[in-house]
Amino acid sequence: MNGAVVDTTTAPPEGAVKAKKSKFTYNPNRVAHTLNKLGLGYFSPFARLIGKDEPAKQLREIALNTLLPIVAFAGFVIAWAVLAKAVQTDSVQIPSPHQAWYALTGTAIPAFSHPFPESIEGLEAPYFADNDGMDPKSINGFAQAEKLAEKEYMISQQERVDKFLARSEEAAAEGDTEKAAKYKENSEMFASKTYQGNKTFYDQIWISLLTVAIGFIVATVVAVPIGVLCGISPMFNIAMNPLIQLFKPVSPLAWFPIVFVFTTWGIATPPSDSIWQRALFTSAGVVMLCSLWPTLINTAVGVASVDKDHLNVAKVLKLGWAKRIGKIVLPASLPLIFTGLRLSIGVGWMVLIAADMMAQNQGLGKFVWDMYQNGDTMSTAQIIVAVFVIGAIGFFLDRIMLVCQRLVTFEEQNI
Amino acid sequence: MIPKLKLIKPTMIAAVVALIVPAKADLLDVEKDTLKFGFIKLTDCAPIVIAKEKGYFDDEGLSVTVEAQGNWKELLNRVITGDLDGAHMLAGQPIGATVGFGTQADIMTAYSLDYNGNGITVSNDLWEQMKPNVPADEDGKPIHPITAESLKPISDAAVAANNKLKMGMVFPVSTHNYEIRYWLAAAGIKPGFYFDPSTGQVDVPGFLNGDVELSVTPPPQMPQTLEQGTIVGYCVGEPWNQQAVFKGIGVPVTTNYDIWKNNPEKVFGVSKEWAEANPNTWIAVTKALIRAGHWLDAAPENRVEAAEILSQPNYVGAPVEVISNSMTGTFEFEKGDKREMPDFNVFFRYNASYPYYSDCVWFLTQMVRWGQIAEQKPDSYFKEMAEKIYRPDVYMEAVKELIDDGEFEEEDFAEAFAAFESGGYKEPTSEFIDGKTYDGTKPNEYIQSFDIGLK
Repeated sequence: MNGAVVDTTTAPPEGAVKAKKSKFTYNPNRVAHTLNKLGLGYFSPFARLIGKDEPAKQLREIALNTLLPIVAFAGFVIAWAVLAKAVQTDSVQIPSPHQAWYALTGTAIPAFSHPFPESIEGLEAPYFADNDGMDPKSINGFAQAEKLAEKEYMISQQERVDKFLARSEEAAAEGDTEKAAKYKENSEMFASKTYQGNKTFYDQIWISLLTVAIGFIVATVVAVPIGVLCGISPMFNIAMNPLIQLFKPVSPLAWFPIVFVFTTWGIATPPSDSIWQRALFTSAGVVMLCSLWPTLINTAVGVASVDKDHLNVAKVLKLGWAKRIGKIVLPASLPLIFTGLRLSIGVGWMVLIAADMMAQNQGLGKFVWDMYQNGDTMSTAQIIVAVFVIGAIGFFLDRIMLVCQRLVTFEEQNI
Repeated sequence: MIPKLKLIKPTMIAAVVALIVPAKADLLDVEKDTLKFGFIKLTDCAPIVIAKEKGYFDDEGLSVTVEAQGNWKELLNRVITGDLDGAHMLAGQPIGATVGFGTQADIMTAYSLDYNGNGITVSNDLWEQMKPNVPADEDGKPIHPITAESLKPISDAAVAANNKLKMGMVFPVSTHNYEIRYWLAAAGIKPGFYFDPSTGQVDVPGFLNGDVELSVTPPPQMPQTLEQGTIVGYCVGEPWNQQAVFKGIGVPVTTNYDIWKNNPEKVFGVSKEWAEANPNTWIAVTKALIRAGHWLDAAPENRVEAAEILSQPNYVGAPVEVISNSMTGTFEFEKGDKREMPDFNVFFRYNASYPYYSDCVWFLTQMVRWGQIAEQKPDSYFKEMAEKIYRPDVYMEAVKELIDDGEFEEEDFAEAFAAFESGGYKEPTSEFIDGKTYDGTKPNEYIQSFDIGLK
């Protein structure tokens, strides 16, 4: 995850000797080709190696693809560690790599000195032992502490259930059936309670993904039809162009207050334990407004540049509007639409953090904001962890879109 | 999902329960049992956090989540829109919202979260300039309370050089804004007005005709902003004063305890619609908060535990040693100058959780004084507003329920009963840094007594 995966897909498949088609033999070229297409080009030398296709060359390629990123990453970590020592003021400092590691896992690497000596000073061992040895202020330690808290909550709720059951029995014994029924009801109420926990980092990742998914899907649903119209009708394009150019560069921070008004007006207050909080829709709305432009513009360009011959064929066949778009225009412009979608999801993920911060949506942006407000070095270290995670997720989202894009593109293209 | 515990004979439980719990009253029929409360990362959110962590909300059959909010404006907005059922609010916030300074909305409170708890911190540089003007005892330690007299020559020089001192406070209607203004004005430094009656000019930032410029900075950003030199001093709640000492970037010069002894600080605010729709829930929430406040002031070791809970990353998140400094009855001024301040944070003693009308009226007088309320009002206006915003009746309802539950004795709330019966105003007090006398029933007299301020 940390940089070891490298995009080799742009390199054309080497030694592309046409192998004879056989259903039962392993065709390294074909496998390598498929891997490339799936955005897993890093593994294609492995596939070729298995097929004994120029093993020495493949080994060299693997070594290069693996070692160079590792060297670069190691260099980065060393530079970071040096920087962490240098960049320190009275109130803030850059956490070291070890501190970031600790902020994630809640445990120090034994070979090094403890990254937060003050955090264990004077604390009894059980403080950590209760929590599987993890510092409860770290990301994983906090998630673990939440699990324990849930268990404790269940026990205390069970005590309440028992207490009211007992009172119900007592009332029944005294012949007060009304009270007995009421206490019974109370105990059932307690029994039906579930733990209202704090969001852990991992919950927040899911909420962020959900937010971007909503924003991205709505953006697509809005952008593709408008893009198609722009591509088909030059008049419509001329009409829309100023609006598109005007709104395209607007920052998510500027959209937020406007979207906030809409969601406040349009969405009823959800129950507070629901996942569909208004803040989530506000954040998704901001993501939508920022990410719809690349799809819109690419769709318009894609549709406008459909081969005239294809359209003439449609004319000759006297195809209706719907068929012309469904059978000819859309399939022909799919590669460009997907280029737009890939750009859109990148933009969406990037603006999400800012949108979450503003909307107080319980996603990664809120995590970063909360940690910033906590203001100690451990929290800054957690922000660094979040930066890596945000980057990694952005990378995977891009990969997924790349694969989709390749699947709808007929010829091998370098994009 | 509840794990099925082994069934114990009900008679046994009954016996045990009877031992632990004396005559218990019935649960309130709450209208809404799943609630979300907002807070800002400050130690005085403690009663809300403790009520959750100690299961006091659960005892009332309420499932509560508490969620940190980005800033006070956001928090207020979300209470108004109903995203939050209630929140940790600046005492001035329900009042400012109700009179319509900033966002207009009807917000009410039945529970005062705490007294005191703020400090004024200046940068090391400014402190070096102020220090020679501060009287010292024989050990060379500054004598407290430090007044803004020591700042006056520096401020005058800055005004003459047309480079007014810039200071931070957390919100236009926050206690901090009124406290730092009070402190400055007591020494003759004009903090700037929101309104000029001679020209009719309104100034949203509140800089009009001032000797210093007070601007809004969110509490957690105060130390960084001070270190970056954007401001030379600030007034903020804990732990952000102790953080400055701890990191060596500033020196707290005074606390609001010295500006006004036992002044109201934060309240638990809800919107009027919410309160009307959920009257029983409001009482149940207030019950849990009273128990939490009581717990916080019941024993010193509870404060130590509270500091540990508050230092969790989802609550205040600052290091536990920073939080405990002020939470456990001490306050560090200059590095190493740690003084006993048993009343720095008061949650329950002195009837601190009771919503006094006179506290509400004090904020209104300051809003008039600095021009946030642009016209002079009759005394009756103050009374009317206070009765609209502060709801001691709900507080007393919760108290009665707690006594019925057998949780508390009537004596535990002697002061609250006395306050309620005598009309809900505190006795006139002159425990202010400028020695002025404040009588909540005569707000205009108080406003007239200030040398600096609109009358």
